Formats: sequence, C-alpha cells, structure tokens
Amino acid sequence: MRVRGFRYASLRPNLHPALRATFSRREKGKVTLSRKVMSSNVAITVISNAERRSRSDAHHDAWFRRLLKACALLVLAALLGAALSTLWGGREVLFGQGLHFLTSAEWNPVTDTYGAWAPIFGTLVTSAIALILAVPLSFGIALFLTEIAPTWLRGPFATAIELLASIPSIIYGMWGLFVFVPFMARIEPGLSATLGRIPLLGRLFEGPPIGLGLLTASIVLAVMILPFISSVMRAVFQTVPNRLKESSYALGSTTWEVVWDIVLPYTRSAVIGGIFLGLGRALGETMAVTFVLGNAYNITSSLLMPGTSISSSIANEFNEAVGTHRSALIALGFLLFVVTFVVLLISRLMLRRLARREGA
Amino acid sequence: MTSNNKLRLLAFATTLALGIGAAHATDITGAGSSFVYPVMSKWSAAYAEKTGNRVNYQSIGSGGGIAQIKAGTVDFGASDMPLDEATLAKFGLGQFPDVIGGIVPAYNIAAIAPGKLVLDGPVLAKIFLGQITNWSDPAIAALNPDIALPGAKITVVHRSDSSGTTFNFSNYLSKVSPDWKSKVGEGTAVNWPTGIGGKGNEGVSAYVRQIPNSIGYVEYAYAVQNKLGYARMKNAAGKVVSPDTASFQAAAATADWSHAKNFNLLMTDAPGADAWPITATSWMIMVKQPKNAANSKVAFDFFRYAYGDGKSAATALDYVPLPAGLVNQIEGYWKAEFKQ
Repeated sequence: MRVRGFRYASLRPNLHPALRATFSRREKGKVTLSRKVMSSNVAITVISNAERRSRSDAHHDAWFRRLLKACALLVLAALLGAALSTLWGGREVLFGQGLHFLTSAEWNPVTDTYGAWAPIFGTLVTSAIALILAVPLSFGIALFLTEIAPTWLRGPFATAIELLASIPSIIYGMWGLFVFVPFMARIEPGLSATLGRIPLLGRLFEGPPIGLGLLTASIVLAVMILPFISSVMRAVFQTVPNRLKESSYALGSTTWEVVWDIVLPYTRSAVIGGIFLGLGRALGETMAVTFVLGNAYNITSSLLMPGTSISSSIANEFNEAVGTHRSALIALGFLLFVVTFVVLLISRLMLRRLARREGA
Repeated sequence: MTSNNKLRLLAFATTLALGIGAAHATDITGAGSSFVYPVMSKWSAAYAEKTGNRVNYQSIGSGGGIAQIKAGTVDFGASDMPLDEATLAKFGLGQFPDVIGGIVPAYNIAAIAPGKLVLDGPVLAKIFLGQITNWSDPAIAALNPDIALPGAKITVVHRSDSSGTTFNFSNYLSKVSPDWKSKVGEGTAVNWPTGIGGKGNEGVSAYVRQIPNSIGYVEYAYAVQNKLGYARMKNAAGKVVSPDTASFQAAAATADWSHAKNFNLLMTDAPGADAWPITATSWMIMVKQPKNAANSKVAFDFFRYAYGDGKSAATALDYVPLPAGLVNQIEGYWKAEFKQ
C-alpha cells in the first residue's frame, strides 16, 4: 500500500492543474479531502483513492461474472426448453404408444399408427456410412496439408476445403439430385453385378438401379461433413511440436511412422472431437438427404434401396400434419435429440477412457 | 406566408390525401393450400390493380389454413380437403370451391410418347400397390393393344410430403379399388406400399424425369411444364379421355353438386362420359358471421372477380375455371349462408 501510494504521490504534483481537477472529481466525494490534504499528506488521499478504485473494480468484476454466467445459462435454458417442448408436443404419441413407437416400422397417417424405427434406422445407417467414408479421406487431406504439400499450396487448398463447408445444404441437395443421382444410376448396375455377387456382403448391393437411396445419401453426407472433420484435423496436426516430429525423423522414421506414432497419439482426443462434430452434422442434416434418400418408410438390407431419416420425415410432412400425425413428428424431433445426445455421450466416454489410458 | 411554410402546408396536404387513399383500400389475408397458390398470387395482383384492395395469400398448407380460419386470424382459409358438416357447424364456417385442377399419372418410358399410354383405375391402383411390377404386365397390355410395352421394372414415385394432390389421388384409387381402400386408404399422406417419395409436385416431376420406366402422379400443370409423359385414363363411363381443360370441366359439370351440402364432394371418378377421373378442387373456407364485415365483403368481391375476369389468368396457368352452373350455385350459397 505504502509503496503504491508513494508512486502515485510522486506522480501527482506533476499533473497539469486541469487534469488534476478532473482526476479528483472522478473520484467523487474525495474532491474536498484531496484539496485539503494535498499539501500536507498526499499519500493518504491516494491510498484511499486506490482502495476505492479496487473496490469498484471488484464490483464491476462481480457484474461481469454474472453477465457471463447468464450467457452460459441461456444456452442451457434454450437446450432444456427445446428438449422439453418437443417432449411435450410429442407426448400423445410418446406416452400413448410407448415402446411400440420406437420398435414399429409402420408409419401410417391414414390409421394414425406411427412407428419411428424406419427413420431412426435411416438416420443411423446414412450417418455411419458417411463417417466410414469421410474419416479416412479427411485424415488423408489433413496429413497432406500439414506434412506433405509444399507450403505455397497449403493456404489455397485449405481455403478450398473450408469453402465446401460454407455451401448451403440445399445446394448439395440439388447437386445430388440432378448430377449425382444420374451418375449413381449409371454405376449401380455395375455395383450389383460385381459387389452384389459376394456372399453376405452382396446383400448390401441388391435392388433397382434408380440412383436414389441410402448409399447415395451417405456419399452426399460424406462430402458435406468432410470439410468439418478435415479442418479440425488439420488445425490440431499443426499444433504438434516440430521437435517431436524432427526427433522421430532423426531416429529414421518414415513419414507414415511419424504420423501414426507421434502426430496421431499427440492429437487423438481432438481428432475424435472433430469426427463427432461431423457425425453431429450428419445426424441432423435435412435438405440434402431429403433430395436423394427416396423418402420411403423402408427397412432394407440393401444400400441401393430408398429409405427415410428423422429430419427429412419431419421436413416433408410437418406442413400439412394435424393432430396425432403432428404429435408423431414432434416426437420424432425429440428422438433426434436423444440420438444426438447419446452420440455425444459416447464421444465423451471415449475421450475420458483415452485420457485415462494416456495418464496411466 | 413564406415559401418554407407553403412547402410545409403542401407536405401536410399530401400526407392527408395519401392517408385517405390508404384508408379506402382494404387488405385481406388468406392462408392454406399450396395447390391454389400460383393462381391466387396472379389473381391478387390483378385484383389489386383493378380495385386497390390487396389480398395476401400465404401458402402454408391446407392443415395450416384450416387451423388459421378456425382461430379467426385470417379472412379466408383454403383447403384441398372439404371440411365435414360437424366441423363447419362447430366453428360457424362455410366453404365453397374456387378453381379446378387435374391430377395426371406421369410416366417416363423411352419408347412411349406423352399421351399414348392408356391406364384405368384398377390397373393404376395395382401399380401403386406394388402388385403390377412390370410394364409388360398383361393388364397394361390389354389396355394398350397398339403399343409395344418394354419388359422393364416399374419404379413408383409418390409424394413424400402431405398434400391435397395425394389426398385426391388416394381418394380416387379407394373409389376404384377395394383392395387399395382396405390396404392403404385415403389421406394427405398415406402408408405407401412401394416406391420412392419426392417432395412436392416438383420433386415428383424431377424423379419421374430422371428415373427410366417410372410412374408418378402430378398436377396437370407440372406435367405440361416439365414435358412429362402423361397417361390417358379410362373413366367411370368406360371412355378413354385425355387430361385437358375440357375433360376437367366435364368432371366438374357432371359431379353431383346440387346434392352436396356445403359443396362437400370430391370430383374423383366423376360419372360424365368426357370427365377426367382424377379432377380436384380446393375449398375456400370463411366465417359465416364475420367480425370484420368489411374484410369479408372484399373477400367475396375477390372471389366474384376470380370466377369472372380471373378466368383467363387461371387458364393461362393450366387451371380450369368453374363451370357457370356451379358459380351460380355458389353465389346462391353465399346469399343463403353468409352475412354480407
């Protein structure tokens, strides 16, 4: 205190008179005191000024903390509100039909019996295949950009991939329908004739070559989530300290060995986080999927057959739905909440297990 | 008076004049069916030019339109499905048809030109039930003795969204096929036994155009604009008819409107010799004792315009105006049922 007061005191006499006046006026109530004591004991005034200052700072800090807390709580409130309101809107079907709603595959608006299994199945299958396709590709892209590509190429290449992420999903849908579906229709007979011959696995590739279906939707989804996963991977690969990599190279490692044994273990948890970010997007994607999935309440073993997904069912039917039908669609929305939540939970658990193993 | 003051006075007078002008024009709102949206927006633009009154129509779907008119938030609702007696009475509503459209089976078979293929109701039902799966099926061949049908698998395309088009189509199939009635039934969305779903008329059109050997159903206007192959149909009288203005109007004229209370009648499978079997309309729904009488008056004037001068706009968009007899009947209904 004494030291701080001394510093201020030694500064103060040098102030311009006008400035000094405003300075003391700002610290209200101290004006008279400061004038009175200025000549005799400057240090006392300044110490009490500093105290006052730190008290008001603490006050401001408390408010700032409250404001930040409110911001964070707002998110929680919105999340809880959305979950509860979908639960409430879908109560007629969720509680009226119970488990039957989850397990039945029949979706019949005429008789008002609804089963969500077909949309759940379609959502999980398309998202899973999209991940299977997108993760290795993203890994390759991220590796190329951080380890192999010449420096001048990295910037433009990374920007191009991030541009993919900024394309609205309706555009992916249109592209999928008008460009990709005809292409798939042309190669599907070939798929059925070759891969379809393999026992067991062949059942995935049976069916009419119409171009629409689970496989087409999965590929479009894979393209859509690719930039998310690859840009996260690229960013975290760049954080690996150079000396780690260079030490490894110095020991005679190949690029692949450096990546597999050094880069990947170092960034594992962030990489998994990126993958689940992509999965989250794939689960909720609506427009692009609606265009190419075929929108039929089917459960088939073949990837070439049309299916449906939770979000595309809602988007398709909500407009004209009334009564129980509407309740069933809102209940579907709640299920999407649950599915996404479970996926996030699994990712958290995986990360925690990884952290524990690394710690041990 | 300084020039500045003069200017101010002028500005004041202008504001006053504009204000009075605006008070004369009435804005009314309608909401509902997307089936009528294209012609509604044409009509409301032309009507605003003629009278200064604006009609805002929001195509939020029939279900939404019904909900809005029940809640009294719009001046009229529009639905592709008529409301039943009890609902109309409960909410004090009345309904009447406004414009006619046709629904056509659209196909994509390389060797068969538009309008060449002939189908009838039972065969169409079997195709959409997944019971007829190949174009060379004897049932199709019997209707088309002069056409070489391909031995290709049929891909069925239906609507994935709930729609009035699906309602009328499934209603028709229910009328002509007991099997369809018991297995699928009718509704704005049904449990399709087979096929893929496209969103909206444009979605079904796009799928039919892209998938060889497919068949779907779309509003006539979409089949024409997308140059899709549309089938001719054998109607209830056993005659093969083409989808066009004449056959849609014949369906409207021969449907038994005079016995249909509150115009609660679907025109599918109409009895006339020249009637197109899948003809549809949508119903305008209004409150019988409106709180805002001025708005209600404008709404009736708007519909009167639609039935009269608005005919050409409807025809240009491949809709069909109501036949004169039906319009007379509607005007009689207005006088009898609505407070004007």
